[in-house]
Amino acid sequence: MDSLVAQLQMQYRNYVLSLYQQGFLDDQFTELKSLQDDGSPDFVSEVLSLFFDDCVKLVGNMARALDQTGTVDFSQVGASVHQLKGSSSSVGAKRVKGLCINFKELCEAKNYEGCVRCLQQVDIEYKTLKAKLQDMFNLEKQIVQAGGIVPQVDIK
Amino acid sequence: MVCEMETDQTEEMDIEVLSSMWPEDVGGTQADNNQFNVEKPAGDSDTLKEVDIAEKRTMADLKRLPELMNTTDQGSSQLTNLVKQWEYMQDHAVKLLREELKILTKQREEAEAKELKIIEEHNFETQEPENVPVLDDTSHLLRRFKHTKRDALVGSKRVEIDEEFDTVAYWKQKALSLEKMLEASTERERRLIEKLNESLKTMESHSAPVEELTQNLKRAEGFLHFILQNAPIVMGHQDKDLRYLFIYNKFPTLREQDILGKTDVEIFHGGGVKESEDFKREVLEKGKASKREITFETDLFGSKTFLIYVEPVYNKAREKIGINYMGMEVTDQVRKREKMAKLREDNAVRKAMESELNKTIHITEETMRAKQMLATMSHEIRSPLSGVVGMAEILSTTRLDKEQRQLLNVMISSGDLVLQLINDILDLSKVESGVMRLEATKFRPREVVKHVLQTAAASLKKDLTLEGNITDEVPIEVVGDVLRIRQILTNLISNAIKFTHEGKVGIKLKVISQPSFASEEQNGLTETETSVWIRCDVYDTGIGIPENALPCLFKKYMQASADHARKYGGTGLGLAICKQLVELMGGQLTVTSQVNAGSTFTFILPYKVATSDDHSDDQDFSDMVDHHQAEPDDTTEGYFQFKPLLGTIYSNGGPVIGNSNFLPHKVMLTSPLKIINGFVADTSNNTGQSETAQVENGCGYMDETCSGQRPESVNQYENGTCPSKETESCSSSSQASSEGGALEMESDLTVSSKQPKLLLVEDNKINIMVAKSMMKQLGYTFDIANNGVEAITAIKDTSYDLVLMDVCMPVLDGLKATRLIRSYEESGNWDAAIEAGVDIKTSENDVHSTNRLPIIAMTANTLAESSEECYANGMDSFISKPVTLQKLKECLRQYLH
Repeated sequence: MDSLVAQLQMQYRNYVLSLYQQGFLDDQFTELKSLQDDGSPDFVSEVLSLFFDDCVKLVGNMARALDQTGTVDFSQVGASVHQLKGSSSSVGAKRVKGLCINFKELCEAKNYEGCVRCLQQVDIEYKTLKAKLQDMFNLEKQIVQAGGIVPQVDIK
Repeated sequence: MVCEMETDQTEEMDIEVLSSMWPEDVGGTQADNNQFNVEKPAGDSDTLKEVDIAEKRTMADLKRLPELMNTTDQGSSQLTNLVKQWEYMQDHAVKLLREELKILTKQREEAEAKELKIIEEHNFETQEPENVPVLDDTSHLLRRFKHTKRDALVGSKRVEIDEEFDTVAYWKQKALSLEKMLEASTERERRLIEKLNESLKTMESHSAPVEELTQNLKRAEGFLHFILQNAPIVMGHQDKDLRYLFIYNKFPTLREQDILGKTDVEIFHGGGVKESEDFKREVLEKGKASKREITFETDLFGSKTFLIYVEPVYNKAREKIGINYMGMEVTDQVRKREKMAKLREDNAVRKAMESELNKTIHITEETMRAKQMLATMSHEIRSPLSGVVGMAEILSTTRLDKEQRQLLNVMISSGDLVLQLINDILDLSKVESGVMRLEATKFRPREVVKHVLQTAAASLKKDLTLEGNITDEVPIEVVGDVLRIRQILTNLISNAIKFTHEGKVGIKLKVISQPSFASEEQNGLTETETSVWIRCDVYDTGIGIPENALPCLFKKYMQASADHARKYGGTGLGLAICKQLVELMGGQLTVTSQVNAGSTFTFILPYKVATSDDHSDDQDFSDMVDHHQAEPDDTTEGYFQFKPLLGTIYSNGGPVIGNSNFLPHKVMLTSPLKIINGFVADTSNNTGQSETAQVENGCGYMDETCSGQRPESVNQYENGTCPSKETESCSSSSQASSEGGALEMESDLTVSSKQPKLLLVEDNKINIMVAKSMMKQLGYTFDIANNGVEAITAIKDTSYDLVLMDVCMPVLDGLKATRLIRSYEESGNWDAAIEAGVDIKTSENDVHSTNRLPIIAMTANTLAESSEECYANGMDSFISKPVTLQKLKECLRQYLH
């Protein structure tokens, strides 16, 4: 039993490290995790589910705005991008944030094709992140079920 | 150039319209010219012997010309033409004469035939002697007629006689008629002879071609002269040694004998002569006519440019015998052309410069963008990093085992170092990209020095004495960018402490006269403003700097030696930033040092002297000093000393609240205590309270292994509800050792015991959630508004202690909302907000506070521009996003006393 926990913990540690190393997450996520304590044990997953709901909504908004025949209201797109940038920056979704920064510039430049391309990337990116974090949470759950504690991952 | 324009000496020539291409003063008067140049045609030799040229234009060498004509192809063909023309005309005349002669001859034959008949008749019938007058020269004709008389007689008329044949009357009559006929015949003959003579005479006059040729030649020559005389052209012929044989339009002051038989080089001196000579020789050798422009620079006629055409001349045997040469003065044209070329060149240069400039601008822009990018990137790195460090600090306040604590300490110190490095890079790139703006605020130099030393003393881990010395003439208040000056001082002091192991480190301030490197324009100081130059020495008794290391001391990423870098660490950016900041403010940073004896860094800066009547209104730390009720003599105190002795932090008698010298990462001032008060007071009925307070103050005793406290909320608090706190006690060792100090604080803490009311204005749910969690960790709760309008509504109804305001929001953004709030504070009514379209229902129970509400912006961009915008709109400070625990903590510490 103990060896299973240890194995899971090791797996979890490696997995989380890989998320940082591959640039999916940044230190803000660490900060987020540190805010989770016994008083709010599900803080991170709450924030993240809020974040992903937000992603769905905002990406939908952007897609609709960009799908307009005729003139595209770039300011409308930009507003959504700004929202997403703020959210992703707050949760430490590094890749999404990076895309949003580019996206915003493209919006300001009214580069339609760039925006569409960026939107697709954002869509892929947040879904990927969601899947990865899902895996992470599953691992956490497994560890807890196995009677272990979720280890702190030292990202250094 | 041998030539001359007015070859003619006649008076008409003197008034010719064409201006001479020669300078007016050349050659003196025309009279002189005449004297020099008059040259009668040398001679009538050869073919032109008979040609009488009445108005002789000056031909330079008439003797040579005929020779030339004779020997060259062109010459002979010309003569041939002339001769052909003459022959044709002569032929024509001969033909006419012949025809006339034929007619006359015929007439005469008729007449003679008649005469013969008459004579024969006489011979036959009258036996008259031959008395018919006969021209001598016609005798042969007569003889001829005699031969053919029979034929002739056949058709001859007979004289009709009316008289009877062979009568006397008949003969008489016949004789008479015959006589008459003879008379008529004789008369006719005479007339014929006359006519003949006349014809002969006419023929004689027609047959002389010379007269006509002369006329033609005269005409041709007149035409040529007419053209050439007025043409700005010099013509000449030179033999194969390039000696002049012929010249037309030579230079006026030269005489024929000065030119003929000589070469250019013999005639002239100066620039271009050799070139033209070479050019002619080249043409002669190549046998190909060619043109060239040559500029002459001679004593004779100054600087002139000639277009020269040279063609080789062959004799009939196709041998080269010389050259014909023609020159035209084109000085003006050349000058014009050169001017044009120069203009074009200037134009091109200007265009090139323009494009160069554009390129430079482009590069500069690129550089700026790169630096901006660096700044942005650094910022992006900094925010999460400060979060990490902040988290770690919070983490260090939780219960940890020994190993975890050690790891955490390493983490915090490494994080601090990286943070410092990033801050340095950010500062540097801000200065370099010109984004850094200096702010002029009023501050008290004494307080700055004191606080810098205090801060340094707080983290001092060595046995050093820190001292500050300010001379009396330093004004109490001056205007400058206090944050930057403090940054410089802090940097220099921490540097000094780093490299000093014993002895003292200090700051000395004194007023000096304006240094030589400063000019009036610097710093925009105008005459009307009183400015003062203050010299600041930061000295130490440390290891010193070897002389050879001084030059690279202020360079980026350089340290005195690699050894030092290993031993003392650091980024090597500190001094570079100090220097740049000092220079940005119009001052100068220098250093003197002696190895093993110490170093002194000196910076000289200009300050405006603050007028005493208005009060410092800025939020910076001088206010903080005021808030914590500085000792009355704080403003004029000229000397501070901080000794590493327990119990005596401030030599000027500051409260002894524990030894802060060993407190890591904390500045031991009274203000941080007050923050703690914020929640500690709330829990005053909690038994854990004293421990909590004591932890903050007392953990210094424990050196690096200080344990902390973590306020923990049990519940999920809703906005505005008052949290109940459960404070965990710190580790037992800390508790035990700090018991006394904590008790001392207790009374102080209970005085201010009110949970501050905070408002978070933010539209992003996730940001709200994160902020809420952080606030919870810090022990605060807050209300939430989702946009500027909601914020105004909330502020109208509730009295807040602090507002955290997002800048970019829908409906009403943070900047506008802040302006409206400030307008309310000034006017006491919400008119401006209502005007702006905010739906406000004023009610009786409205809170009306005229106190300035601290509003902190939360912005995604920290570059000076946007922070200035925040300040300009009435905000008090700003936190860059993403918000981290650390930033939030610092901000709250500053504004919630």
